Formats: sequence, C-alpha cells, structure tokens
Amino acid sequence: MELGKIRRGFFYSLNLSGEFTVVKNNELDRVVNHQLSPDEPLYSDLRSRQFIYELNDKAPIQLLALKVRTKLSRLANFTNLHIFVVTLRCDHSCPYCQVSRQSEDKAAFDMTKEMADKGLDLVFRSPSPALKIEFQGGEPLLNFELVKYIVLEAEKRNESLGRDLAFVIATTLSLLTDEVLDFCKAHNIYLSSSLDGVEELHNTNRPRAGKNSYQKFIEGLDKARLSLGFNSVSALMTTTEQSLPQVKSVIDEYLRLGFNGIFLRPLSPYGFAIKTKKYRAYNTERWLDFYKEGLAYIIELNKSGIRFTEQYTSLILTKMLTSNDPGFVDLMNPSGAGIAAIVINYDGGVYASDESRMLAEMGDESFRLGHIEHNTYEEIMLSDKLLDALEDSFTLSVPMCSDCAFEPYCGAEPVYHHAVYGDTVARKPESEFCKRNMAIFKHLIELMRSDAETKQIFLGWANRC
Amino acid sequence: MLKLGGRVVEIKSQEVNNNELFSVSTKEDLPKVLRASRAFLVSDADVPEGFKHYLILESVAHLINALPVNSEYTVLPQDYSYIADEDVIRISKDKSSIRVLYRASSPNNGILISEQCNHYCLMCSQPPKAIDDSWLLAEAAQLIKLIPQYTREIIFTGGEPTLYGGKFLDILRLAKSYLPNTSVHILSNGRSFKSDAFTKSYSLIDHPDMMVGIPIYSDDPAQHDYIVQAKEAFDEAILGILNLKKYEQKVEVRVVLHKQSIGRLRQLCEFIGRNLLFVDHVALMGLEMTGFTRANLDELWIDPYDYKDTLSDAVKILAGYGMNVSVYNHQLCLVNDDIAPYYKKSISDWKNEYVEECDGCKRLSECGGFFSSGVQNGYSKKLTAFK
Repeated sequence: MELGKIRRGFFYSLNLSGEFTVVKNNELDRVVNHQLSPDEPLYSDLRSRQFIYELNDKAPIQLLALKVRTKLSRLANFTNLHIFVVTLRCDHSCPYCQVSRQSEDKAAFDMTKEMADKGLDLVFRSPSPALKIEFQGGEPLLNFELVKYIVLEAEKRNESLGRDLAFVIATTLSLLTDEVLDFCKAHNIYLSSSLDGVEELHNTNRPRAGKNSYQKFIEGLDKARLSLGFNSVSALMTTTEQSLPQVKSVIDEYLRLGFNGIFLRPLSPYGFAIKTKKYRAYNTERWLDFYKEGLAYIIELNKSGIRFTEQYTSLILTKMLTSNDPGFVDLMNPSGAGIAAIVINYDGGVYASDESRMLAEMGDESFRLGHIEHNTYEEIMLSDKLLDALEDSFTLSVPMCSDCAFEPYCGAEPVYHHAVYGDTVARKPESEFCKRNMAIFKHLIELMRSDAETKQIFLGWANRC
Repeated sequence: MLKLGGRVVEIKSQEVNNNELFSVSTKEDLPKVLRASRAFLVSDADVPEGFKHYLILESVAHLINALPVNSEYTVLPQDYSYIADEDVIRISKDKSSIRVLYRASSPNNGILISEQCNHYCLMCSQPPKAIDDSWLLAEAAQLIKLIPQYTREIIFTGGEPTLYGGKFLDILRLAKSYLPNTSVHILSNGRSFKSDAFTKSYSLIDHPDMMVGIPIYSDDPAQHDYIVQAKEAFDEAILGILNLKKYEQKVEVRVVLHKQSIGRLRQLCEFIGRNLLFVDHVALMGLEMTGFTRANLDELWIDPYDYKDTLSDAVKILAGYGMNVSVYNHQLCLVNDDIAPYYKKSISDWKNEYVEECDGCKRLSECGGFFSSGVQNGYSKKLTAFK
C-alpha cells in the first residue's frame, strides 16, 4: 500500500493496480497496527480493494495480478506509433514551435524516398498488431508526394502482413486541397490539427503570411469534416501567456466548432519555445490555475447535459478509475519513449520521441538512437541511449517515484527531465512535471470526494478512452 | 400464477414406467408415425387414433367415451387448461400427478437439474434438499429431446446444477446437439468453476450461445458469504468467473437486492467495474417473496421505494464503466426514470401478476409487475398507478 497525503488529516492510499481509497489519519494507524475490526466499513472497503485479505483468500491475488497485467499489457505489443517527419518546412512561424523552418530548400529539409523505405522497414519490424503512422513536420502537406508514397507503400507491404494499419497527418489544414482530401478519404487518413482558441488568440500564437491562420483552419475544418467525416479531424491547443486569462473563451471555441473535448496543454520546454523564452513566460502554478479554471467550467458544462471532456484529465481518470491504461506516452512507465512511439526525422535520424528530435534541433542528440539508413533495427532498439533512459527513469525504482502514492497514475518522462534538468531522473521535488501532475492528481481526487455528480461524470470520461 | 404440477383426476395406463414424458399435440392430422410417442390433448369428440396417450380436461371428461378403444389417458383438473401444442409434460402414474416441464409459448423455460446446493442463501426461492435426485438429470436428458428446435432459450437451474459435474456437462452437450439454435442460460453459484479442469471441459463443449449467471451479492467477501450462508463462497465464485473468462465463456453477474445487499451496492458496482469489467451482463434483481425469504423476511425486506436512489446510482456506475446492465423484477412506479433504458420485464410468465393498486395504471403493459409470491406475501406500500 502506498500513501499520499492529500490534505491535513487525510491519506490517499492505493496499490499497484491503481485501486485507491481515502483514509483518515487515525484510521491509518489502526490499519497498520492490525486494530481494525472486520465489522467496520473501512475493513470491508480495504478488503474489497485488495488492500487487505484474509488467510484463505485466493481471489485477491488473482484479481490484483489480473489488473496489473491488464495495465501493462500494452508493453507486449511494443511500438505502435511511428512518426515520419516528412519535412521541416512550414507555412507557419509559431514562436512556440519546436522545429519548423521557413525555407524553400527542399533538399535540406525534406525526407527522401530512400529514407521512407527504410523507415517502413522499421515500422513493419514492430510486433504490434496495430500500427499507426503519423506524418509530422513542419507542415507535412508541403511534402505531400512523400506522404502519398509512404501510405501506398505501407498498404502494399501490409497486404500480406495484415496489420491493423492507421494513418494520421498532423497539419495546420492551411494547405488542404481537394487532391489531398480525396487521397485521405480513399485511404482512411485522419487529420490532427491545431487550434489555440478564438481568432485573435489563434492568429497571435500561430502567425503565417497573410495573418489568416484561423480562417484557413476553419475553412479546412469544414472541408475535411464534410469529406472525411465529422470525427476524422481533431485539434490540439497549446497554452501561451495570452491564453491564460481566457480559458473559457478557448473552451467555448472548441465547443462552438463541435469538438467533444479539449486537451489543455502546457508549453513544452523544447525547441524554439526555450530559445524564444516562451517556455518561461508562465510558471506551473499559473498553468495549474488555468487548467483548474478550465476544468471547473467543463464540469459545469457536463452538469448542464453537454458531453465535453478535458482530454488530459480523461487519460488520468482512466488510470485512476479503471484497470485499463490509456497508453499515453507522457504517462507511461516504463517510458513510452522509443518503445511505444518512435520518430524518423526528415534527415533519417531516428529518435525516441517527438521531443527528442526537438532537443536535437537545439543541438542535444542524447536521444538520437541512430540513422535509418546506417543502423539496423537491433542497433536502434537496443542502443544504450534508449535502454539506459528507459531503465534509469523506471518509476518503480527512481528515488521519490518508487515510494510515491501516485506512481501508478504517473509516467517516467526521461526526455523531459533530461531537457530541463540535465538527467533523465532529476530531483523530483524540483521537477515541474512532478509538481504539475501531483497537483492534478490531488485536485481530481478532491473533486471526486467532494461531489458525487463530478465523480459520476469522471467515470464516464475514464471509460471513453 | 400458473399451476405447473400436482395431482390429476384420473390416470389410465398400462405403462410400467412410473414417470413418462410426453410432447403434447393438438394436431388432429399429425402423421401417424409421430403419434406413437405423443399425448393428444382432446378438445372435441373427433379424436384421432394412434396417440400414445390422451389428455382430457375435467370439464370435458365425458369425451373419454370418444377415445379410441383401449386408449391410455389422463383426466386433468381445469388448472391445466393452458397446456398447448408442443408443450412437454411428465405423467407420474404412481403419484397420480402431472408436471408441466416445458411450455412452447413461454420465453422462460427452466429445467431443474438438481435440488442439492452448497449454498443456503437467506433468500433462496428453491430451498435445497440433500437427497439423491439424479433422476432429474435423466429427466432433463429426455426433456431436451422433446423440446422443439425453435425454442429461443432454456435455463438450467437448481439447486446447484454443476454439483453433478461431468454429468451436467453431458446435459449441456445434449442441448447443443438437439437444440443448436437455442440459447442456454445456466444459473450457478459459480463455485465449481474454480476448478480449471472443470471449466476447461465446460468450455470445450463450445456452445455458440451459452452463459453462466453467477450471483455476487457484495464486494465484501464476508457479507456475500453471510448472505449465501457458505464460507469461501465469494472467493470461489470470483475464481470461477476468472476461469470462465480465461476460457472465453460468457458470464452474467446476478445481484439480488434486499436489506443485506443494498448497503454496499454502490461499492459492489465499483468492484465489478474495476475487477470484472469483462463479464457480459450484470442483472440487478428484485427479491422473490418465496422459499427462505418468507422465513427471513425481517432480515431481507426493504421497500424498493426506499432504495430507488441507490439503484439509480448502481446502474449509473455500471453503465459508466460501459457495462451491459439490466434491472429485473421491479415495478415501474418504484424506480426512478433514469432506470428506463435498463428496465426489463423479466418475471417468468407463469408467476407474474399485478395487484389491485395497479388498476387503471396506464403503464401496466410496460411494467414487469410482481412475482405471484409477492402478491401473496407482501409488496411495497408505495405503489402508485400511473394515471
């Protein structure tokens, strides 16, 4: 049993399977000292969640094992998500962007067919029955010919392999043409886009020639939904300093456009975000206020009958309230870097995560696992860079993670900690990742404890992933 | 309530076997080759010849004179006027009795496998008997061969049907063979399935549509064991469910709602969502006022009106986990509106009634009504007809 103090006099207790209960200080003493009587409701609560069991009980161990196995079952499938950075070129110049380039130099910043072929070799080496290929950039539609090539080639190879193959293009939608849409429709390709809020905020955050990023997004969204289906286009937001005072208007914008949820995402400390000092523009506490205000508003929406989720919350709730793991790379242990997702960069470099290649753009190649044309699959997947990062950051052995009550809900995040603190483990009391997630965990528990309706709403979110 | 068994007025038979099963026919032009094993239900003086047996209701007893010479026959009390074509009955000569084993018109045909049980539930509707009743198994085997193939579902019940082990599995194999299109539902306490070997044999029957309904009454093992009056019952039932799912068999969790189970119903539903998410169905069921329930009434009775909010929460939790949940054996005026999507009219037709408070209720046809036993032995004082 792991314990976390959530507020004075109360302890949050949970076990490896993520089962939890909140106990009072004095009750905890009695549990630990074997003074609890079987007639007490707390005894039943603890026995029901397999915190305690009686001498002849055999089912509790089986249930615990089953739940832990279920949570870890994704590991056996190994890599699902394969990111192809088909170009670094982009028509946007967002100050928080990690990597993109305003350039006409295709030779310098586009992936070649030869690299793509080798990349597909890597994809199909994964034992995963489900494979997702995500095209990123830059703006991938600037190298759409290569996107088409990879999709067609992957489908051809898959004819005999029969994997569950899915494609996503991460795009601003600004360069969407009928040709692109026809191709996406014919090959069931999903679009993942960016929307930061209302027009003014969006255009401030995401500048492009013509100052019409928002307008292009709206036009593209309508066209794509009509062509590919309403739910085939998703959007992600990034929180900038300008977003902080207007979380409701950001959420309303998503609501107005018919999205059924929003991912309230803090800035990442990578790429140009650090160079341009954007990352330091607000601290974790300020972002948490933003998040909590937004979440409160979304809960009110749900209470008035509108189904709308905060997606990061949903991911955490799935870990808290169910025996499933949503497989979200930031919240995985062992870290999902390299093994849940892997990145093939425009120049053939293979990286452990999207963040890893952004670090490399800043000159830090710590998570560059090899080159797609010069290294074998074994050299890449068994590289010390990857294995050391995974092993060192394993939360069940990391100081302060291994005895943290919230470990089952959290993740290893070696790349983040390396980027910010210079090593994959870091001192957790200084970790903003730790601070942010601990605050969210405690906040969600308090929300559920204090309001039954919120708990019921959260249960619905937890099971939608 | 339909009377399913009892004494008859008169039996005339040369048969040496005391218990004889017949498929009933009302078809006067049934091909002769099929008549030799069937019982013909006489309705008028035009009686076809060649049937093994004839059934005559007391009100038309004079038709005995219309029977072919030397016919074997049984005169039945008027209680059995519901008997119809393709029903299956047992005639027991020594006891001068009849038992209706299968009714073609009913969606709820239960087949009793044994009256023995290793539970002694506070609310058992079919109190167990520690006797050798293996003749029931033999009868079930005969019965299955007489049930028409169009039957939608049969329910094997007890007692605890799995106590006969491999012999019970033989019955299931027979059901698969003779009734390939019929769903099989087994009401078991699940404990036999804690044996890996037994569960594996069960799974190897490979029936396309067979489910085991297993009761779990509390998330607290001690409370479950108390309700079923058997030690380690919870532990073994859980192991049984895990084994069944390991072999990819269908499982239903059944929860009877009463004073002893309602207290932790919410916690039980959370337990099911977290631990048994893979079960195929959860049934939350009202109490049947018969058997042991009558003796333990003070300990069991709680007015459904008083637990309706708990029931709503329970359903919300299970539905929240995306589980397939149904509410059985409840009256519409005693549940909240949010139960509607999960509400099932479930009480077996032969023991399903309404009471005078229901007179004029405009939702009567949607309502599950009562167990006959409830009508006789007590029901909620909060009933209100929808006007």
